[in-house]
Amino acid sequence: MNEILEYIGMAFILIGGIFLFLGALGIYRMPDVYTRLQAGTKSSTLGAMSTIIGVGFLHPEWFFKIALIVVFIGVANPLSSHALARASYRKGIKPKLKSGIDSYKKAMKKQVKKFNS
Amino acid sequence: MNLIYIIVFTLMAIGLVLSMIRFVKGPRSGDRALALDLFSIIITAAMVLLAHVFERYIYIDVALIYAVLGFVGIIVIARYIEGAL
Repeated sequence: MNEILEYIGMAFILIGGIFLFLGALGIYRMPDVYTRLQAGTKSSTLGAMSTIIGVGFLHPEWFFKIALIVVFIGVANPLSSHALARASYRKGIKPKLKSGIDSYKKAMKKQVKKFNS
Repeated sequence: MNLIYIIVFTLMAIGLVLSMIRFVKGPRSGDRALALDLFSIIITAAMVLLAHVFERYIYIDVALIYAVLGFVGIIVIARYIEGAL
């Protein structure tokens, strides 16, 4: 039973390390801020959660604090990514890849109109 | 078993170096804040893994505090870039 848990934990740790490396590679290679946010934050969330859950499989007696860290990372990392993306948009940075779709501008205009009326 | 730790720590170290390169040469301040965020996440994961390798329970507390402080710092930096602080 212990051997099986150890193998499962090792597999989780290896997957987490690979995903953390891929997130850093995405941050290094992508062309502008928004794609870097996409590449960096999603894969690094999965990598960190997977590594920490793997350690939790290896040490079942540390369950409580490990669950606390996993829940906190799952809440906090998307929040900080969203705050950074909003800050870069409001500062006026345009995306490098042109898609022509800008939904946030329309939503902001509607909000301003509602606020003024 | 030991080989997996070596592989994972090497991958994390390469990730730290790449995010530091982005932190140094990132063109706007958003890139630098993002690189700092990734840095603190990788350090948190590495700290929990070190707690297993060295068999020290207290390193998990260090990882928790580091995650909380990194999150608060990134939120403050983002609000400052936005101009709302």
